[in-house]
Amino acid sequence: MANKAYQRTYTQLSAITKATISLGASHVTNEELAVVDGKLAQVVKTRGNDVTLQVFSGTEGIPTNAEVSFLGTPPTLKVSEQLAGRFFNAYGHPIDGGPEVEGEERETGGPSVNPYKRRQPSELIPTGIAGIDLNNTLVTGQKIPFFADPDQPYNRVMADVALRADVDKIILGGMGLSNDDYLYFRQQFEAAGALDRIVCFINTTENPPVERLLVPDMALTAAEYFAVDKNEKVLVLLTDMTLYADALCIVSNRMDQIPSKDSMPGSLYSDLAKIYEKAVQLPTGGSITIIAVTTLNDGDITHAIPDNTGYITEGQLFLRADSDSGCTIVDPFRSLSRLKQLVQGKKTREDHSQVMNAGVRLYADAKNAKSKLENGFDLSDYDLRCIDYAKEYATRLLSIEVNIRIEEMLDIAWELFAKYFTPAETGIKQALMDKYGKWQ
Amino acid sequence: MATTGKVTGIVSNLVTVQVDGPVAENELCQVYWGDTPLLAEVIKVNGDKASVQVFESTRGVQGGDKVEFLGRMLEVTLGPGLLSGIYDGLENNLATMESVFLKRGEYTAALDNTKKWAFKPLAAPGDKVSAASWLGEVQEGWLPHKIMVPFSFQGEYTVQSVAPEGEYTIDDTMAVLRNEEGEEIPVTMTQKWPVKIAVKAYREKPRPQKIMETGVRVIDSFNPIAEGGTGFIPGPFGCGKTVLQHAIAKQGEADVIVMAACGERANEVVEIFTEFPELVDPHTGRKLMERTTIICNTSNMPVAAREASVYTAMTICEYYRAMGLRCLLLADSTSRWAQALREMSNRLEELPGSDAFPVDLSATISNFYARAGMVILNNGERGAVTFIGTVSPAGGNLKEPVTESTKKAARCFYALEQNRADQKRYPAVNPIDSYSKYLEYPEICEWLNSRIEEGWVDNVLKAKNYVRRGREMADQINILGDDGVPVSYHEAYWKSELIDYAFLQQDAFDSVDALCPMERQKFMLDLLLDICGRDFQFDDFEKCRAFFKDLINDLRQMNYSEWGSEDFRAYQETISKKLAENGK
Repeated sequence: MANKAYQRTYTQLSAITKATISLGASHVTNEELAVVDGKLAQVVKTRGNDVTLQVFSGTEGIPTNAEVSFLGTPPTLKVSEQLAGRFFNAYGHPIDGGPEVEGEERETGGPSVNPYKRRQPSELIPTGIAGIDLNNTLVTGQKIPFFADPDQPYNRVMADVALRADVDKIILGGMGLSNDDYLYFRQQFEAAGALDRIVCFINTTENPPVERLLVPDMALTAAEYFAVDKNEKVLVLLTDMTLYADALCIVSNRMDQIPSKDSMPGSLYSDLAKIYEKAVQLPTGGSITIIAVTTLNDGDITHAIPDNTGYITEGQLFLRADSDSGCTIVDPFRSLSRLKQLVQGKKTREDHSQVMNAGVRLYADAKNAKSKLENGFDLSDYDLRCIDYAKEYATRLLSIEVNIRIEEMLDIAWELFAKYFTPAETGIKQALMDKYGKWQ
Repeated sequence: MATTGKVTGIVSNLVTVQVDGPVAENELCQVYWGDTPLLAEVIKVNGDKASVQVFESTRGVQGGDKVEFLGRMLEVTLGPGLLSGIYDGLENNLATMESVFLKRGEYTAALDNTKKWAFKPLAAPGDKVSAASWLGEVQEGWLPHKIMVPFSFQGEYTVQSVAPEGEYTIDDTMAVLRNEEGEEIPVTMTQKWPVKIAVKAYREKPRPQKIMETGVRVIDSFNPIAEGGTGFIPGPFGCGKTVLQHAIAKQGEADVIVMAACGERANEVVEIFTEFPELVDPHTGRKLMERTTIICNTSNMPVAAREASVYTAMTICEYYRAMGLRCLLLADSTSRWAQALREMSNRLEELPGSDAFPVDLSATISNFYARAGMVILNNGERGAVTFIGTVSPAGGNLKEPVTESTKKAARCFYALEQNRADQKRYPAVNPIDSYSKYLEYPEICEWLNSRIEEGWVDNVLKAKNYVRRGREMADQINILGDDGVPVSYHEAYWKSELIDYAFLQQDAFDSVDALCPMERQKFMLDLLLDICGRDFQFDDFEKCRAFFKDLINDLRQMNYSEWGSEDFRAYQETISKKLAENGK
């Protein structure tokens, strides 16, 4: 810090809202922390001697004569190898009964990586789920959210992805996680014997909502430690970013800011970008990959939160309950991984992108055939074959229950093409059909 | 004595300063965070209180901190060496910064002052010169980079001396000028210019007279953009905005490309500086990076510098335009710039306009677009700045303030459509809603008709009409069913699909199809109009569909084949044969 202040204590608040307090104080630095009546708070506004602080755990019970002492630093996290295998709350204090972490104290929410020092992401992250690996391949250094309705098993899929991904560290930032989901993650990580490479920062629904604002910065500060200092491949899981944005909304509202679309703060795009853009591929081999969850309201992606997210992230993954196969699938139409072409056919088999495109195109034909059926039109032989193909394609490849290697996925796709279609109907390059096709 | 002040208030990056002397609107100042000066710009003054936006994070700044005013506006340094550079919004060279993380208060020089440039004089002692007159030139890559009288010089000057041919650094004195009062003023290879003020050192700005080729069919033929023109690309996320913009950057017929990554993904910037040094400019055969400058304020970089980034990029274009070069500015995305304005306006507690944007948004956008244009320089040469911006409308809804304001300012509109993107019909430019006002300019039409072929503009309008009719027919078919409409409806629909698949769609990732020169566009459009002009009289709609599907496949293969190659001619013959068998 430029000039560390003495610990100063005040006892006269001038205003209290549900999320903020104001008081007269001097020599207070912007964004520094303070303890208000035993609760942690952060400076968000200074006007002359009048300072406004957001109180993370809410202002319930804070009296106007509460004791306020300023700590002189912004939020920090102590980083070292000791972080591995530990569970913390939003403030970075252990909640697993273990000792405090010792290490270098780092400011959270620090500066961004110089774009010139980045490298183009080029390493595949296999997940075993064909809806991801085959159609929307993930790459290290990518940032991608699941867009899912609250009733979908996104936390389960995310835990699966994390445990199967070949990474050195998994960092979970839980925001407004239900206690049950928190315990689920914990139990999954334990059962997989992966605890030594997990770091968790958890804010559950039992904790105050404004506390969530600290979680992504904590998780990403830990991630930067492992990726930049230790050259490790780090996967950061953030669930649920919608609840994070809701907390932003609460604070800006209490500060009398003029809301923009969907009553979200005008700075929502920048606030979210600051988090997601921490995803990076470094030249030294370290990387931060972010997989997040943005819950939707009835699939509405035009709401300000998913909309802004979509403009920031490198694609999105949609989960959908599929009536054909009776399982949850990764929707091939609405899902997109913008970085997939960096690895498809380069780090995977040469036929990957052609097989992917053919598979999805035929699935789209099946969708058209189904709508023809619903509208009472007659179906051609091709339509009927498409519908049968779609069912098997969904069950054997798109379902989130699938856990196989990418080569197997490609082979299954070829098998389905041969079973239901003529070579010409798939529209794949002749050379690839000769080499990999399974027609008799 | 420079004005100084003290910090009295902080909300995020808006800082209020109590000042002890005069300050100017948009004047720069340094807010001291400890010993580190953070650059900031005055955006509002009220009595002795100035509101300044800090271009960096204000974490740790406190009431009472020192502020020093600099007596100048935000300026950029202009000179040889800007091309192939990668800068932040304030023109700091990102390549020469040492640490992995961007450090607050670290500012780096835009130009290398040790590099030697081979200088050739163009002016002689005794010449009368004024702002932007050419004094000499150095070779920057393959471009002759003119050393000019700084834009800020007012009135007439007499050249006293010019450096002889030789190697010089940018700080060496290249010429000495004498003003009307007889004072002698040395001129180096560089000059500074405030970014928010348009460079006006030219004779006139006439209407544009020719188009700028991009090799993208839906732009060049259907909605051409003029050299010195303006256009914008709105579209929801995932519709291919970035791919289309990169295609234009790679293929655009321009001498200098400036890409402003304004509040966008850092990985997209990485893609540019990873790939462009490998890619070859189709017009000159040189590496693309040699004619490209990147100004990047990615979405996680300080918000206030986002606004500066588009102005910095525009000023660099205006500088190269004054050398008689054709520049293309691509800004992705202007919505993020507008959002930065909104954040600031919000913190200033101004009364908001619609969607909480500042009320002068529309004026700000129009003023910016107006800086583009073709100009005739004082020496009679021509230069141009063509500007294409992207807009990211919230929720993909084009009825929002940024899109609406931009629509008033830009002359070309390339509407990207979710529906087309979902069907993988790329580029997803809606052929009906998009427009180019330049097709209404008589001088442009005349140029197109004489340059491409007589009646070209009419042909384009004819093709557009086939597409429009096809859409109407598709609606009818969807309502009444395949059997419920005459076969002629199907024929009209498939003719529009033919134009869509074989002309409007284009594979930006295919080495041949990605770039379609004008001559080839003309050939394809003529062929398609020939087909569409025929009356086929199919017996039923199944036959109609099968015939056109087959034809579409042949035409697409043709698009993938090398122009004039054997394959190309073979497909052409197959098509003629099929037409002869069916057409009447």
